[in-house]
Amino acid sequence: MNQVRLQTLFEKVWNKHLVQPGSEGMPAVLYIDLHLVHEVTSPQAFTVLRERGIKVRRPDRTLATMDHSTPTTPRGLDGLIPVTDMQAAAQLDVMRKNAADFGLELYDLGTINQGIVHVIGPEQGLTQPGMTIVCGDSHTSTHGAFGALAFGIGTSEVSHVLATQCLLQYRPKTMAVRVNGVLHPGVTAKDIILAIIAKIGIGGGTGYVFEYMGEALRRLSMEGRMTICNMSIEGGARAGMVAPDDTTFEYIAGRPYAPTGADWDRAVAEWRTLPTDDGATFDNEVVLNADELVPMITYGTNPGMGMAINATVPDPDRASDVSAKMALDKALKYMDLQPGQSLLGKAVDVVFIGSCTNSRIGDLREAAKIMRGRKVADGVRVMVVPGSQKVKAQAEAEGLDRVFKEAGAEWREAGCSMCIAMNGDQLAPGQYAVSTSNRNFEGRQGKGGRTFLASPLTAAATAIYGVISDPRLEIEVERA
Amino acid sequence: MSQVTNFAGKIVAIPNNDIDTDQIIPARYLKVTDKAGLGAACFSDWRYNADGTPKADFVLNQPEHQGAAVLIGGHNFGCGSSREHAPWALIGAGFQAVISTYFADIFRNNSLKNGLLPVQVDEETHRQLISLAQEDPQTRVTVDLVTQTLTLPDGRQVTFPIDAFSKECLLKGVDQLGFLIDLDPAIVAYENDHAARVSLHG
Repeated sequence: MNQVRLQTLFEKVWNKHLVQPGSEGMPAVLYIDLHLVHEVTSPQAFTVLRERGIKVRRPDRTLATMDHSTPTTPRGLDGLIPVTDMQAAAQLDVMRKNAADFGLELYDLGTINQGIVHVIGPEQGLTQPGMTIVCGDSHTSTHGAFGALAFGIGTSEVSHVLATQCLLQYRPKTMAVRVNGVLHPGVTAKDIILAIIAKIGIGGGTGYVFEYMGEALRRLSMEGRMTICNMSIEGGARAGMVAPDDTTFEYIAGRPYAPTGADWDRAVAEWRTLPTDDGATFDNEVVLNADELVPMITYGTNPGMGMAINATVPDPDRASDVSAKMALDKALKYMDLQPGQSLLGKAVDVVFIGSCTNSRIGDLREAAKIMRGRKVADGVRVMVVPGSQKVKAQAEAEGLDRVFKEAGAEWREAGCSMCIAMNGDQLAPGQYAVSTSNRNFEGRQGKGGRTFLASPLTAAATAIYGVISDPRLEIEVERA
Repeated sequence: MSQVTNFAGKIVAIPNNDIDTDQIIPARYLKVTDKAGLGAACFSDWRYNADGTPKADFVLNQPEHQGAAVLIGGHNFGCGSSREHAPWALIGAGFQAVISTYFADIFRNNSLKNGLLPVQVDEETHRQLISLAQEDPQTRVTVDLVTQTLTLPDGRQVTFPIDAFSKECLLKGVDQLGFLIDLDPAIVAYENDHAARVSLHG
């Protein structure tokens, strides 16, 4: 008889981090390996520490950056990025003071390592398989692409981790998200996750941690896997994970915080024990076939309101119940769209390529592939916002910045930019945007702004034509 | 944190499904470094016109709904961003409890740490409460944390779930950080057994 209990990837990571197991009505105490901090959700947590006279327990496991309220406008003659919003400037100063007072490493605005918190962790090699990672940001799920258990927390919990390096958590349920088959050209990781969320709905993963698996996932780059894990929260799951494999190890190797020499060999040997055991069971499962997927786009005001790019806007009168009809009615009114309408050919005002979902070098290469040697359509504002200063430098070394600038797009400094619209980058009321970001909520990209979520390929094709366009046609042109 | 035990209050309905935390408090209000003033910005984009005047047709602006202490939303309340500014804003706007059929995980956690009670009810009770709140703005409900019961205007009582640990903290009015700090010996023991692979300090 098998004496070893079969475990999922999640269970292995969870169990290894239990300072104290939970019980009925009593949360587990979970140790946190890496705490990422940014300027927007941390100030009130540091205030709690000051009020109680507590130090940060593990500054060596805590990294701060600036990304949400930072402008992405060009540098001045002094080489610095000007912050003209006085409230944002004050918030950034508070981050600087907190980092200095509590002895934390801070990647300050415009310095070489600064960037979106979920871009810099993996980039620095800080994000590693089997770790527990938290941040006061719901897209912390991104780091799960490495086989880490990573999830967003609130500011009270930020204070808990700063003070004790621990969190009180009830054990979530597990859901296997299996993506079989192989993607067609022009269909990407972003389309996979938009299709998953459209299938399960934005509340479908509530209470679960996802483990993404299947042939299509295995074939994805780390950047593609990050895009998928990033949007786990848009399906309601706090975390999404992918079992580490050679693709993972190759990505990590040689990065600043990656283990080296004999430590590397030991690390890889340990990481190879993490994947879900054959025969381990999940609480739930959802299955998708990659070869049936086409590029996806959202039409509504939450990420679950997505469809194939060549489909038509659904009819509220055919909604499953009264509340669903009300939601769809409200969404279509906000978006000023009609049931039965095709989005292909719909004119847009702005194209935004960036965010923690799609601002890595691979995303920019994809967009550049379509935009190279071409011009963006008249009257369309196209913003390309690298996820970090390192991504920006790499793109410039490859000449991608010239591709974008020569096409007529804006090439900007690193940050969250128009994904969160609290930094000067935002839509005007009524404007339409195709965006590679993660949320199309009302007003998310600026009060009254209207967002269509899509992949970098779809965004780039739309930038060229000025209307929502199917990128598969561009891929075929390129191959011919 | 102040104690939560039981209270009675007026209920107001915003029956939309999937009310996300961007609606509860838009990102442009997150440039604060404290919790002050968030109540005035609660549901800002649904509540105010572009010129800052209140929208007369939005329920929270209507005179008969002023002073409501309980908010009932549609399914999946509080999804999206992890911003704790969402419960801070709801509390600032005078709410002590939110009712839904289910809550997003992070919003529920954040609410419990601030004394805003997430009251999860079945779909039938949910429908009934929304109708009552819409028909009569003076509708009151009673929430009792000790017995975990919600009492409807007709006297019917439904129970709601809450984990024992959070309940204890709310009833005593203590935050959860103190509990973790007291675990220091266990945390030290864990750290001694688990060397860090990554250190920001070289």
